[in-house]
Amino acid sequence: MTAAVATRPTTHAEKEPRKSHANVYFGVIAWIIGIIFVVPVLFMILTSFHSEADASTNPPSVGAPLTLDGYREFFSGGIDPWPYLANSLTASVLSTIIVLALAIPAAYACSIRPVRKWTDVMFFFLSTKMLPPVAGLLPIYLIAQRINMLDNIFLLVILYTSMNLPIAVWMMRSFLAEIPPAILEAASIDGAGLLYQMRRIIVPISMPGIAATSLICFIFSWNELLFARVLTGVSAQTGPVFLTSFVTSQGLFLAKVCAAATIVSLPVLIAGFAAQDKLVQGLSLGAVK
Amino acid sequence: MTTVSTDRAPSVDKPPRRSSAPDAAYSLSSRERWMRRAPLLPGLIFLIIVTQLPFVATLVISFMRWNALSPQNKGFAGIDNYRKVFSDSALRASIVFTIVLTVTVVLVSLLLGMLIALLLDRAFFGRGVVRTLMITPFLVVPVAAALLFKHGIYNPSFGLLNGTLTAIWNVFNGSAPQPDWLTEHPKLMIEAQLIWQWTPFMMLILLAGLQSRDKEVVQAAHVDGASPWQVFRYITFPHLRKYLELGGLLGSIYIVQNFDSVFTITSGGLGTANLPYTIYQTFFSAHDYGLASAQGVVVVVGSLIIATFALRVVSSLFEEGV
Repeated sequence: MTAAVATRPTTHAEKEPRKSHANVYFGVIAWIIGIIFVVPVLFMILTSFHSEADASTNPPSVGAPLTLDGYREFFSGGIDPWPYLANSLTASVLSTIIVLALAIPAAYACSIRPVRKWTDVMFFFLSTKMLPPVAGLLPIYLIAQRINMLDNIFLLVILYTSMNLPIAVWMMRSFLAEIPPAILEAASIDGAGLLYQMRRIIVPISMPGIAATSLICFIFSWNELLFARVLTGVSAQTGPVFLTSFVTSQGLFLAKVCAAATIVSLPVLIAGFAAQDKLVQGLSLGAVK
Repeated sequence: MTTVSTDRAPSVDKPPRRSSAPDAAYSLSSRERWMRRAPLLPGLIFLIIVTQLPFVATLVISFMRWNALSPQNKGFAGIDNYRKVFSDSALRASIVFTIVLTVTVVLVSLLLGMLIALLLDRAFFGRGVVRTLMITPFLVVPVAAALLFKHGIYNPSFGLLNGTLTAIWNVFNGSAPQPDWLTEHPKLMIEAQLIWQWTPFMMLILLAGLQSRDKEVVQAAHVDGASPWQVFRYITFPHLRKYLELGGLLGSIYIVQNFDSVFTITSGGLGTANLPYTIYQTFFSAHDYGLASAQGVVVVVGSLIIATFALRVVSSLFEEGV
C-alpha cells in the first residue's frame, strides 16, 4: 500500500511532459480533421459571396473579390424566397409550441406522478418514431385531399408535431425526472394544484430542458422535406422545398445555390451553435447528459 | 352461492359490495388513476390518430387495385400488389441499397466519430473550437448539404474535389485526373455525403460518453503499467459500448428513412433508389396507390423487426441509466 502511494507521484512526474508532448501531436491531428470537416461549409459560404464566373473556375478562385450578387440573385431573381422561409418558420415554431404543450404533461405523467406501466407508454412513443413516415404518406395525402388540407401549412404543423412528439416526451421525461420530489411534495401539501405546480415549479425548473427540446424540434421541423414536398403545391411550400428547385443544374448557378443553401441553413446553424451543449442531450433523447 | 359467500369470508375475486370503506377507497384510487392519466392522454391520443391510423389505411389499400390514373378500375386485388413487390427486381435492388446505405453510413460514422471523440477527449489548444467546427456539418439543412455536395463538390468541371486535384497537379505542372464522381460512383458519393453529416452526431454522443468515464480508473490503469491500447480495449471500449449502441440505433432510424440525399444528389438514378425514394416514386409519379401501399407495408414490417431489436437495446440503456 505504502509503496503504491510512494510510486504514484513519481510516475506522474515522469509522464507529465511526454503526455503533453503527445497531446500536441493529437491536437494537430484533431485540428486537421476539424478543418477537413468544415471545409465544405466554408466553401459554401465563400462561394455564396463570389460572382457566378468566379464560382465556376477550376481550380476554385479562393481569393476572388467578394460580391453580394449571389444573394441578390437569390432574393430578387425569379422566385421570391420569402414566402417559403415564412412557411418554414410558421410550421417549425407552431409545431414546436404544440409539441411542448402536449409533451410536458405527458412527460409529467411518465415521471413525477407516473401512470401504471409508464415504461410501456414511453416505448410506445419511441416505437412510432421507428416507423418510416413514407409508409403513412399515401393515406395522409388522401385524407388531406378529402378534407381540403392539401397545400395548407397547418397540415404540416400537425405532421411535424406528431414527428417530434415522441422525441420531446423522451427528452422532457429525462428532465422532469431530475426535479427533486421534495419540492413538489411540499407544494402539493400547501394545496397547489397541477396547473399551479406546472406553471410555478415544473416549467421554471426545467427551463433548460424545455429550451433543449424546443431546439431539437425546431431543427427537425425546419429540415423536413418529404411531407413538405408531397403535401404542398403552391402556397404552403417550405424552405427545403424551395431548395429542390436547384436539383437539376441550370448553367452557371453555383453562387446562387450556395447563397440559397446558406440562407436556408442559417437559422439552424445559429440555433445549433448557440446551444451546442443542449444538442447532445436532445439528439440522444435526453439519455446523455 | 353469493349468499353463502357474503355470510362467510368474502370471496377472493369479488370484493364485498356492502362495506362502504373499501368502496370509497376503490373509487378514490380510480379517480386518482384517471387524474394521473389525464395529462398523458392528449399527447397519446393525438399520436395514435396521426401516426397509427394511416398505417391501418395503408394496410387496407395494399390489398386494393387502385391507380389514380385509372380511377374506374378500382377494386379488391388480393395479394397481387405483394406479388409485384417481391417479383420486381428494381424493388429488390432498392431494398438491398437501403440496407447497404444504412449499414455503411452508420458503421463508418461510428468509427470516425469514435476516433475524433478520442482525440477531442484530450486536452489541447483550441479544443472547444475544433469541437464547434466538427458540429457544423450536422447543422446544415440536409437538402442544402446534398445540394452543396452535388453541385459544389462532386461537379466534374468546377466542383471542389476536381478543383483541388487540379490545384495539386498544377504545383507539379501535371494534368490532373478529372473524374465524373457522380456517374462513376453514385452510391459511394451519397454515402460520403451522409457520413460527412452523421459523423458529428456520433462524435457528440461518444464524446459525452468518454467524458462520463471514471478518470481515476483510467489513471490507475496507467499507473499499473497498462498500455494505451489496453486501456482502450479493457476500460474505454466497454464503457463506450452503450453509447455506440445508442448512436448506432438512432443513426439507423434516420438513415433508413433517408429521402433528402437520394432525392437531391441522384434523384434515385444509377441504382441509388432506396426504399423511401422508391415508394415516393410509385406514389407520386406512377400513381399506383395499391402498389405503393404494399411497398409501405413491407417497409413497416422490416422496420418493426429492426425496432423490436432496437427497443431492447434502448430498454437496457434505459434501465442502466446512461
